[in-house]
Amino acid sequence: MKVLVGIKRVVDHNVRVRAKADGSGADIASAKMSINPFDEHAVEEAVRLKEAGVASEVVVVTLGAANSQDVLRHALALGADRAILVETTEHLGSLATAKTLREIAKRESPQLILLGKQAIDDDAAEVGQMLAALLNLGQGTFASKLIVADGKVSVAREIDGGQETLELNLPAVITADLRLNDPRYIKLPNLMLAKKKPLETIPLGDLDINTATKVSTINVAEPPVRAPGKMLNTVDELIEILRAQAKV
Amino acid sequence: MSTLLIAEFDQNNLKPASRSAITAAGQIGGDVDVLVIGNNVAAIAQQVAKVKGVTRVLVADDAVYTKPLAENFAPLIQSLASKYSHIVAAASSFGKNLLPRVAALLDVDMVSEVTKIIDASTYVRPLYAGNLNATVKTTEAIKLLTIRPTGFVAAQDGNEQAPIESIATTGDKGLSRFMGEQIQTSERPELATARIIVTGGRSLGSAEKFDALMTPLANKLNAAIGATRAAVDAGFAPNEWQVGQTGTVVAPDVYIAIGVSGAAQHIAGMKESRMIIAINQDPDAQIFQWSDYGLVGDLFEVLPKISSAL
Repeated sequence: MKVLVGIKRVVDHNVRVRAKADGSGADIASAKMSINPFDEHAVEEAVRLKEAGVASEVVVVTLGAANSQDVLRHALALGADRAILVETTEHLGSLATAKTLREIAKRESPQLILLGKQAIDDDAAEVGQMLAALLNLGQGTFASKLIVADGKVSVAREIDGGQETLELNLPAVITADLRLNDPRYIKLPNLMLAKKKPLETIPLGDLDINTATKVSTINVAEPPVRAPGKMLNTVDELIEILRAQAKV
Repeated sequence: MSTLLIAEFDQNNLKPASRSAITAAGQIGGDVDVLVIGNNVAAIAQQVAKVKGVTRVLVADDAVYTKPLAENFAPLIQSLASKYSHIVAAASSFGKNLLPRVAALLDVDMVSEVTKIIDASTYVRPLYAGNLNATVKTTEAIKLLTIRPTGFVAAQDGNEQAPIESIATTGDKGLSRFMGEQIQTSERPELATARIIVTGGRSLGSAEKFDALMTPLANKLNAAIGATRAAVDAGFAPNEWQVGQTGTVVAPDVYIAIGVSGAAQHIAGMKESRMIIAINQDPDAQIFQWSDYGLVGDLFEVLPKISSAL
């Protein structure tokens, strides 16, 4: 069984992102970049499926400029077998991203497609569901556990108020939540090994996809700062505030 | 202009998050038709028909819709889409799972987690865990939005009764099956819509201490209990209590953060609260920068004092 994992290069989660002075976008020109954390869980899960003998090959794919090779190498160091970079300097919307991944899925014919549940830059959480629709496959979003058996996958999903379990036909699209697994630390020898693994580059133009989006960003700004608060000295003051202002 | 709103409900009630989405749909302008998809949902449809601002209620009542499988719900919504300028749902786990699938079936890009409606095609949504707000405009013929409930008050019941219509169902696509669920049932208010929330962090020390300190306080305040990701990962509280960028986003009247350090991903989930009160041993904790009132003290002395005084 082949597993395809879609990953994204995003601003590292420890970076506090600010708006550009002209409001045209986020100021990320010099920010540290990393693999999207949710995508790292997706890669880890695919590698574990291979280690368990369920998957035979793990292929990772990303869309982006040439510098996106770093997150592909990271995924290869985690244990993926080979990587595909769909190269573009365009910023793609969710639908165009899903259409691009559909083309890669058609070429690779995976039995399972894994992605992170959302990217921590635009926090949209759309691509996995869109890809599942475009391929007419079942979707297991916000997954915290998955079991592959008998041509099906059982997915535990984190939902408001608890958890539900779905069974999906294979192939299927799964989006990973943080509790799906704990991604391993990469050891130096694996980092060296990752440099030797195959990485194919496909120009986005070769895939013949309409990448235009009708959703445009007019302005990006930082939210208003909260007025400075007041430090209290005693528990009694706090109780008074709860009674008077919070009306408890 | 008209909006199709996808209702979300539990066994007995329309969810408050859907009521907030109805308010947002009202701000878009035009008719607001609410689609109730489920099995034996006549009572829910009656309830929806009473909500202020609802023009019509459409009901797809079929055993195949017993559980909200996106694979079966999305084609049904697609079959109605051409009559509408907007399709909206709350940005709950239900809406976030469903609407992107509908968008792809309609070949449109959507706008998720809308916190403000500027006009019928312009909206505000957060980026980077709420560190930035983006104003976005869409020129799609059918505009799909998920609405973050904290940005809009819940629509209340009115005096009128909207007409209810049955609509044709689109069957089982056979791609997915519901196998089971574990839903937390509690006498306490729901986290996403509670008026008061008390949230505990990792410095509470253990699951036993978390329960011993948080439960009496929550009971006294009739509050929902939240937890930080660190507290959930440490096993002090269940997953569904997590407040933050990847947990539940909340905006109660009063948010009391107890032993919460104030990590960015946690702040992203609660900073819209009307009043934030923080109690922490560490005077340098980040959380105090986001608080209206702060108290530095030993949690194990302070909390029992508050609980017994109230």
